[in-house]
Amino acid sequence: MQALLHQILSGLANGAIYASVALALVMIFKATHHVNFAQGELAMFSTYMAYELIHAGVPYWIAFFLTLVFSFIVGVAVERLIMRRMQHAPELASVIVFIGLLLAFNGFAGWIFSFTMKEFPSPFASKAWYGTTYLSSHEVGMIGVTLIVLAIVFAFFRFTRLGLAMRAAAENRPSSRLVGIRVGWMLALGWGLASALGAIAGMMAAPVVFLEPNMMGPILLYGFAAALLGGIDNPWGAPIGGFLFGVLENVAGAYLVGSHLKLALALVVIILVLVFRPSGLFGRTVVVRV
Amino acid sequence: MTAVSVASPIAAGGGRPRIRRGSLWLGALLAIALVGPFVVSGYRVFQLSQVIVYAIALLGLNLLTGFSGQISLGNGAFYAIGGYVAVIVMTKAGLPYWAAPPIAGAVCFLAGSLFGRTATRLEGLYLALATFGLATATPQILKLDALESWTGGNQGIVITKPGSPVTGLINDDQWLYLFCLAVAIALFVIAWNMVRGRTGRALVALRDHPIAAATMGIDVAAYKTIAFGVSAMYTGVAGALGVLITGFISPDSFPTLVSIQFLVGSVLGGIASIFGTLFGAAFIELVPDLAKKASDAAPQAVFGVVLIACMMVMPGGLAGLVYSVRARLARGTIRRHRAES
Repeated sequence: MQALLHQILSGLANGAIYASVALALVMIFKATHHVNFAQGELAMFSTYMAYELIHAGVPYWIAFFLTLVFSFIVGVAVERLIMRRMQHAPELASVIVFIGLLLAFNGFAGWIFSFTMKEFPSPFASKAWYGTTYLSSHEVGMIGVTLIVLAIVFAFFRFTRLGLAMRAAAENRPSSRLVGIRVGWMLALGWGLASALGAIAGMMAAPVVFLEPNMMGPILLYGFAAALLGGIDNPWGAPIGGFLFGVLENVAGAYLVGSHLKLALALVVIILVLVFRPSGLFGRTVVVRV
Repeated sequence: MTAVSVASPIAAGGGRPRIRRGSLWLGALLAIALVGPFVVSGYRVFQLSQVIVYAIALLGLNLLTGFSGQISLGNGAFYAIGGYVAVIVMTKAGLPYWAAPPIAGAVCFLAGSLFGRTATRLEGLYLALATFGLATATPQILKLDALESWTGGNQGIVITKPGSPVTGLINDDQWLYLFCLAVAIALFVIAWNMVRGRTGRALVALRDHPIAAATMGIDVAAYKTIAFGVSAMYTGVAGALGVLITGFISPDSFPTLVSIQFLVGSVLGGIASIFGTLFGAAFIELVPDLAKKASDAAPQAVFGVVLIACMMVMPGGLAGLVYSVRARLARGTIRRHRAES
C-alpha cells in the first residue's frame, strides 16, 4: 500500500512536467491548429540557456526568470519568422517544418553544448521542510511551481484584456480582427507563452533526467499523450491529463509493463485515445460539416 | 491541390517526344547505376548500396505520404521489422539470403496493413502524432527482454554477408550492390505502374479531396489500408536489404532518427515523386558523412535546416523544382513559337 502511494505521488510529480508541456501544446493547437513537435526541443534549448547563466554565477531564480524571457523571445521569433508562413499551408507542410525545427534545435544544441550529460541544479534544498518520506523536496517543489504557473496562466487568460484578446484571436480570427485585435501578434504572444511554459518544464525536469540534447524526447511524447488524454483543445483538460498520465505511467511502470516500456505505453495511450475518444476526456467533439 | 502535389508525375503528364526523352534519361541513369560500383571501390560501393536501400524506403514513404496523403513519421519501425525478419529468417530458419527480402516485405505488408487499418480512423495531424509515437517507442520495444531470443537483445546479431557467385568477376560488395539494384528496379517499376493506374488515381483523389473521392465510390478505408501496407512492404524490403549490406543488426541501428531521416530524404527529393527518391536517398546517405567533419551533431542541424528551407522555397522538393523549371522552359518555347508565327 505504502509502495503504491509512493508510486502515485511521484507520478504526480512527473505529471507536473507533462502538465506544463501538455498545456503549452494545447495553447499552440488552439490558436493555430498546429501540433508543435518542436516544443520539447525549444524547452531543452532554453534549459541550456539557464545552465549557462547559472554557471556564469547568476543566482538560480534570476537565471530562471531570464530564461523565461529568453524562451519567450525565441518562441515569438519562431512564430513570426517561420510558422507565420505556414498559416495556410497544408498540414503535411506544417508537420515537416516542425520536424525541421526539432532537428535543427537538437542538432545545434548538440553542436554548441555537446551531447555529454550535465547535472542541472535544483532550486529546492535536498532536506527542505516540505520534503517528505514519499516525495523529495524537488518533487514537491516541481508540483508547487507547476500549480503556481497554472494559476497564473489561467488568471492571465481569465482576467486580463490581453488574455481575453488572445482567446478571441484563437477562437475566431476574422471577428477578432474586426473588433481591432491584432491577431498576428496575439498568435506570436501565444507562441512565446507556450515556449516559456515549456522552458519551465525543461528546468524542472533537468535535475531529474539530466541535461542533454535528447532529454525532452520522451517527455514530449508523454506530453502528447497527456494532451490527448485531457483533450487537445481543452486548456483545463491538458494539465489534468498531464497529472493523470504521470500517475498512470508510474503505476503501470511499477506493476504492469516495467520501466522499459514506458514509451510504448504512451504510444498505446495515444492510439487508444485517438481511436476511441478523439476528443479526450474533457474535449469537445468537433463535427465537420461537409 | 495541395502544395506537396506539385511534383506529382500524374499532373505533369507528357506527350510522345517526352516519353522518348524520358527513356533516354532512364537509360543513362541505369548505365551509371550499373557502372558505378566498378568505378569506385570499398566503402564507396557500400555507400552506393545504402543509397539504393534508402531509395526503396523513401519510395515506400512517398507512396504513403506523398500519394495517399497520410503523414507517417514512423516508417523506421517497418524498416526495423524488415531487418529483424530478414535476420531471423536467415539465422533461425536457415533460408538463403535472397529469400529474406520477399519474406520481410510480406511480414511488413501485414504489419503495415494492421497498423494502417487502425490508422484509417486518424486524420492528418493525429496520424502524424500516432506515427511519431511509433518512431519514438520503436527502439525501446526492440530492446524488450521478452523478444531477446529472437532479436539478440542489446548485443544484436551478426550475419555472414552473402558472397558473390562469380568471385573472379564481381566481388562480394559489388554483388550485393547488384542484388539491391535488381530488387530496387523491380520495386520502382511496380510503384511506377501503381501510381499511374487505378490505385494511384484513387490514392491521389483521397489525398486531394477525401469526401469527393468517397462519393465517387472509392473505398476510403480499403485504399488507405492498402497504401499503408504497400508502404510498409517497401520499407520492410529496404530494411532487409539494409541488414544484408551491413551484416549486423541491433536495436541501436534503429533510433528515432531513422524515421525522421526518411522524411528528410523524401521531402528533399519531392514527396510525391518516384525518381526524386534517388536524390533524397543520396542526400541522407552522403551528406551526414560530410557534415560529421564539422561536428557529430551537424547532420541533424543540416537535416533540420534543409527541411525548413525546402518547405519555404521548394515544397515540391528537387523533383518538383525540375518539373517546374521544365514547365517554364516549355512555356517559353511556346511563347517564342507564337511570337515567330
